[in-house]
Amino acid sequence: MAEKLLKKGNEAIALAAIRYGADGYFGYPITPQSEVMETLMEEMPWETTGMVVLQAESETSSINMLYGGACCGKKVMTSSSSPGISLMCEGISYMAGAELPCLVVDVIRGGPGLGTIQPAQGDYFQAVKGGGHGDYKIIVLAPASVQEMYDFVGLGFDLAFKYRNPVMILSDGAIGQMMEKVELRDPVRRLTDKEITEKYGHWATVGKPASRKGNIISSLSLAASEMEAINLRLQAKYQKMRENEVRFEKTMCDNAEYLLVAFGSSARICEGTLEIARSKGIRMGLLRPITLFPYPETAIREMLPQLKGIMSVELNAGQMVEDVRLAVNGAVPVEFYGRMGGSIFSPEEVFEAFAKKFNL
Amino acid sequence: MKEELIIAGFGGQGVLSMGKIIAYSGIMEDKEVTWMPSYGPEMRGGTANVTVIISDKRISSPILRWCDTAIVLNQQSMDKFEPMVRKGGLLLYDPNGITRHPVRKDIKVCSIEAADLSNRMEMSKAFNMVVLGAYLKMKPILERHNVIQGLKKSLPERYHDLIPMNEKAIELGMKEVKEVI
Repeated sequence: MAEKLLKKGNEAIALAAIRYGADGYFGYPITPQSEVMETLMEEMPWETTGMVVLQAESETSSINMLYGGACCGKKVMTSSSSPGISLMCEGISYMAGAELPCLVVDVIRGGPGLGTIQPAQGDYFQAVKGGGHGDYKIIVLAPASVQEMYDFVGLGFDLAFKYRNPVMILSDGAIGQMMEKVELRDPVRRLTDKEITEKYGHWATVGKPASRKGNIISSLSLAASEMEAINLRLQAKYQKMRENEVRFEKTMCDNAEYLLVAFGSSARICEGTLEIARSKGIRMGLLRPITLFPYPETAIREMLPQLKGIMSVELNAGQMVEDVRLAVNGAVPVEFYGRMGGSIFSPEEVFEAFAKKFNL
Repeated sequence: MKEELIIAGFGGQGVLSMGKIIAYSGIMEDKEVTWMPSYGPEMRGGTANVTVIISDKRISSPILRWCDTAIVLNQQSMDKFEPMVRKGGLLLYDPNGITRHPVRKDIKVCSIEAADLSNRMEMSKAFNMVVLGAYLKMKPILERHNVIQGLKKSLPERYHDLIPMNEKAIELGMKEVKEVI
């Protein structure tokens, strides 16, 4: 049996990166995720696996270091929190445009602006709807436990390379700072340069053999017809993500009449709300989107015949609720409950809001 | 078995590390655990608190409105957490520096003079272990040897020579905890 450790979500991210054969981490410290780089520095993976860990001079710089590393077919990642991610959005758009794989970890803090260092989920729109410019999408994974923080690093890298696209782990200060039991998975070693050339030589800039033309990686294409063709290809790729990568978890949904929809730390709190509701004889279920893009809209839609109402529960002013409403398309009432700016609700508070909205 | 515990006091009293030792001890018994700090401006001086949940089953919300036990080590924490203890639950506190003692009659209230005792025994650094001993006496949810294992796991190896002193502090807490009538 693998060893079980007590780790913070942020520490789990760092340990997972080393053990999943990441080639490089480039970041800039910001609360509440500084333990990611701190743990990497303590572990000194450059002496064991050869992984590079570098503190850049800014978030803008670190995302562009990812651009460079990814061009060479390397498994590269960064982590930051809300204001830092805002600075990275230009780079993420460029990487989506240039079709480069990378893993970005966002441990959200309360905003807007510098806001607060307490947990929030106010960056759902930024992660899921863009953040940067242009018609791009990134796969967004929302962990709800420290074990998932660990596991989604490997999953995130796999998806990033499968689609040659940035992937984001969207977490928050609660999951990042919380300690839980975490089971380390079997290590995966880093690819050698030869293996990278074999696997990714058809697109990565790994040295041009005489047998083929050079690979050019760019997000610039001035001719409108060419740029439209690139956009169509990207959209086809995003459609494949929608078809193949939707992930979600249902709890007590089989006979549910009411449904809570929540992700990340909110979903954990809503599990407590379910226990309260069930103890009062209310048939409540919970649907937890694990991928925020692609969104599990079909899973919600399939439940509609059995439902009297849905409440989206988020640590923001109501962002994901828009996607729930799009999925439901008016078929049943969709309510929202949220707190903002670093305040967190208890399971009881969510239940009271639910009971009030549905007159129960 | 499920224990929902809040430990609260000043930064530097070892509140977070006490929580970590309890959580690690839970892992030694193959239980599910969560440890959720208040890591906000509190960490930069002022009050600090941590929520620890230990359970046989998967833990749902790490955020609590009510707790089974509150361990209170300063006045601000008394004001904040005495009302959060579930009816029939436990409030354990160190009277040192407390100006308003607990008033609730529907919970069990215990005191441990951990600051005084640990100073007198010249092991003020093990203050939080005296409190831990008092807690384990009143809530024997963890096996003694697992707590020592948890202690070893939480302490960096260079401090492992301090483990006997910490064990002594735990014993002292177990012996000296008093139920307040």
